[in-house]
Amino acid sequence: MLRPRIIPCLLVHDGGLVKTVRFREPKYVGDPINAVKIFNEKEADELIVLDIDATAQRREPNFRLIAQFAAECRMPLCYGGGIKTAEQAKRIIGLGVEKVAISSAALDRPELIAEIAAEIGSQSVVVVLDVKKRSFGREPEVWTHNATRATGRGVTEVAQQAASLGAGEIVVNSIDEDGQMKGYDLGLAARVRAAVRLPMTVLGGAGSLADIGKLIETCGVVGASAGSFFVFKGPYRAVLISYPAQAQKEDLIRTALRPQH
Amino acid sequence: MIRVIDYGLGNISAFLNMYKRMNIEAAVARNADELRQGDKLILPGVGAFDHAMELLDGSGMRATLDELVTERKVPVLGICVGMQILARGSDEGTARGLGWIDGHVKAFRALERDLLLPHMGWNDVKPGPGSRLFAGLESDARFYFLHSFYFHCEREVDIAAVSHYGIDFGCAVHADNIYGVQFHPEKSHHFGAQLLKNFAEL
Repeated sequence: MLRPRIIPCLLVHDGGLVKTVRFREPKYVGDPINAVKIFNEKEADELIVLDIDATAQRREPNFRLIAQFAAECRMPLCYGGGIKTAEQAKRIIGLGVEKVAISSAALDRPELIAEIAAEIGSQSVVVVLDVKKRSFGREPEVWTHNATRATGRGVTEVAQQAASLGAGEIVVNSIDEDGQMKGYDLGLAARVRAAVRLPMTVLGGAGSLADIGKLIETCGVVGASAGSFFVFKGPYRAVLISYPAQAQKEDLIRTALRPQH
Repeated sequence: MIRVIDYGLGNISAFLNMYKRMNIEAAVARNADELRQGDKLILPGVGAFDHAMELLDGSGMRATLDELVTERKVPVLGICVGMQILARGSDEGTARGLGWIDGHVKAFRALERDLLLPHMGWNDVKPGPGSRLFAGLESDARFYFLHSFYFHCEREVDIAAVSHYGIDFGCAVHADNIYGVQFHPEKSHHFGAQLLKNFAEL
């Protein structure tokens, strides 16, 4: 049986590992390579690493850092941050990364998705959509540049366009829920799940294993990603990297996927 | 010594790191001379079938690889697209594969329209009886998959392990000294380490 994936998401800022709240107040939580080593030991399903400076500072991807991540990482790695060309994506895959994530560049110029897919194959092209709620029941909106620029476009339409251009996975990242640890936006997850026939990963809001279970109940075989949940412990948010044990994960998945009634 | 073939595709360092941790000698092969130093070969690969064949043909190692594998029977392990190119060809493109194992690479899409593709994530792998590549992995083995095409073997006897995604499909192949796995052992934690160790000890 193909299993839902439980995926730590690491944010890199000024060379360090950080965690944000609603995409702001980056708090330093440690050394990113050290975090990779810990997730190796814990046998995490996958890892997402996002360089949150690259696009904001109009930088190229940091290929040296990516090579370090790829060499250290013993689980599948998805890397995002600053990728604007198919050439860069190809170089990153060549460094030993399984998947590349694009976000603002794919919103600016959607054809980039097709160009990258032609170079490295659809299976390795991940489109990350940072999404914020809108009022009056309007469809949630996609934002870019660390939630500083609104695109004016609804998440369903953007996800479907990405799928038609050859994306291999959609990551839906809730800006509203980022760092809140109060649970995923299940409505948002269900909306995107219904819109595309691609693997999907949901990020933003997980604060417990139960939250991950609820996402799996809602979406089935899905990627459940989290930042805070895997790096903070306790009400005072002390930094402690953790990941569920295999048996815990299997129990959670079995319960969440059990047919209801 | 194990040589990991670097023809411009796939995660060479991940294999070298895995073997280093297990104290098994492994190095990269970037040319025909280095290739000849291998008593076992790993053929990695990601991306599109035609692109992989194009790079391999242009690597300066193709003729030597053919000789080592088909005449001198050096064991070779193809990974992901490195496994797919062991076939004669693929629905994904028009290039001719290595043709070392009788089969053709097919698209999952043709089977079931509702299947989420690519097949991405950890899935169960059930090895056939007595497979040395899967020693110690007979029950409860899980590996990481990332692909939209699968190897369809013409001869059932060449299927070394099966997995299920929409259909049962051969996720590992074996004929004589030629092995291939669709999943990524280099990214499959202790399961993958065991498989790579088994290959080293064949």
